[in-house]
Amino acid sequence: MNKAFNATRGERAFDVVNILIMLLLVVVTLYPFLNVLAISLNNSQDTVRGGIGLWPRQFTLENYKVIFAYEGLLQGFKVSILRTVVGTVLGLLSASMLAFTLSRADFQARRFVSVFLALTMYFSGGLIPVYILMRDLHLIGTFWVYVLPGMVGAFNVFVIRSFIDGLPFALQESAKLDGANDFTIYWRIILPLAKPALATIALFLAVGQWNAFLDTYLYNGSSETWTTLQYELMKVLQSTQQGGANMRTSNEDMTKLMNQVSPESIKMAITIVVTVPILAVYPFLQRYFVGGMTLGAVKA
Amino acid sequence: MELVKALTEKHPAAGPDGAALAASSGPARFWKVMKSQKYLYFMSMPFVIWVFVFSYMPLWGWTMAFQDFKAGKTFGEQKWVGFKHFQELFTDERFYLVLRNTLAMSLMGLIVGFVVPILFAVLLNEVKGRLFKRTVQTISYLPHFVSWVVVAGIVTKMLSTDSGAVNNLLMWLHITDEPIQFMAKGNWFWSIVTASDLWKELGWSAIIYLAAIAGIDPELYEASRVDGANRLRQMWHITLPGIRTTISVLLIMSIGHLISIGFEKQFLLGNNLVKDYSEVLDLYALNYGLSLARFSFGTAIGIFNSVVSIFLLFLANGVLKKVTKESIM
Repeated sequence: MNKAFNATRGERAFDVVNILIMLLLVVVTLYPFLNVLAISLNNSQDTVRGGIGLWPRQFTLENYKVIFAYEGLLQGFKVSILRTVVGTVLGLLSASMLAFTLSRADFQARRFVSVFLALTMYFSGGLIPVYILMRDLHLIGTFWVYVLPGMVGAFNVFVIRSFIDGLPFALQESAKLDGANDFTIYWRIILPLAKPALATIALFLAVGQWNAFLDTYLYNGSSETWTTLQYELMKVLQSTQQGGANMRTSNEDMTKLMNQVSPESIKMAITIVVTVPILAVYPFLQRYFVGGMTLGAVKA
Repeated sequence: MELVKALTEKHPAAGPDGAALAASSGPARFWKVMKSQKYLYFMSMPFVIWVFVFSYMPLWGWTMAFQDFKAGKTFGEQKWVGFKHFQELFTDERFYLVLRNTLAMSLMGLIVGFVVPILFAVLLNEVKGRLFKRTVQTISYLPHFVSWVVVAGIVTKMLSTDSGAVNNLLMWLHITDEPIQFMAKGNWFWSIVTASDLWKELGWSAIIYLAAIAGIDPELYEASRVDGANRLRQMWHITLPGIRTTISVLLIMSIGHLISIGFEKQFLLGNNLVKDYSEVLDLYALNYGLSLARFSFGTAIGIFNSVVSIFLLFLANGVLKKVTKESIM
């Protein structure tokens, strides 16, 4: 029996409606991004007239030229890249080392370490105790407040461990017979084989670092050196919001910047600058994170 | 806790040293094994200390809620005041407003953010073209990777009265003659937060369900087709029961996180005009605790938050255990 013959009218109607729902979803997801992109590439005086949809009416790169002349944004860009690289590398090393030790059934402290780590997924000290701790550790106003507190993530460890559990143990045994110690086994055998899981976690860590703004706001809000891209965007977005800001900082440089072209165009251009790096990488990592999510879900 | 057990237990596989050392016993054996596993210790203990410092030490900070905490003093010098800050909290009218906002937004988020991704996964599974299916899925993940700062900016732009896409559409359809002031009217705020959250996380939340659906035996569909079941009936009688376990586990977990919904969304989307609708527990702790340096009061809010979360987690787990025989603990 072929499919076309099998498909009744009701079935076909269902397919059409279903595809329309999916298309609607695609439009609702993509339109805002394309609209923001179009406005960021449109002449700012022209934008004020309204009516920009998917395509710029008067194409210009002026808005981008203006924002890239702004010191705060450039500094934020550098710090965001730095924290993404450092945070991802440190997070990946710590999670994979812990995951390796936890995957070893013979490891004496395995149960203790496992439970100790798993419990952290169910509680948190809360905003203020954490703030006080950061202050007592003298991390406020430094770069390290971005990468140290979140370095060891329980979820990440368990995802990688599930993956290592799936690797044949005989590989480790034969390496041991050849005289390799546990660190060598981890470094030479486990790390290269665990690449799919590591890629997933690297993506999660990198996205988390790149997108974080709250730590900058809480701990480095008045630091010009350690400002981040997301925080700069937040300041710009909120500076002209209706109803005024609740406890927001604003500075003269930014006001000057906004008046050079229009606030609207500046906001949209910075939004694009902040978003593009992530959008450029995620489709390529898709096959990894879909697997990683499922691995995590089975365990968690 | 069974979940912790599930996380920590592993299929028994004897390690390289296990067999050789099984013969000896007692403390001597313990030290011997420890020595032979020194690399494993070197690779895990620094991180255990790390976790202790950054995750467990803040719990010690809970003592602040029972003191009149002054930043300059040592722990011994702090004045203990019992439940004073909790009394203050429970007599503060604003607290009940904030609690209402927190519960309203988390409940709306729970219902919408739970039902719609399941629906999306089930419908996407019915799409026949493989390429189309993959493309839709890839696009649906996109907003998940974008920061809340960006999403808040985009939402504000789309809802703006000044040629925002939503108002343009509503006026074009003649649903409204005047642009609606979405961001300035408090009664819109909860819906805006819920909708933004859905927009951002729909595709991502669906991943787990799609994976679960992929694990359903295709023969079940074949058999039901022979029995004359149409697609809607298949979805109802095969797909949904097939992912029931996944649904229950995720439901319990989301109920556990019901009131710890974070405050990024509310912080970024809110403004002074809608404050009475946008302020949630964490934001309240930030505005009335941290910003005014009332650390003790702010910590009391945080403790209340945690206690309610744990209570809800156990409640949800208990109810679902009765109803569906699924449990995470």
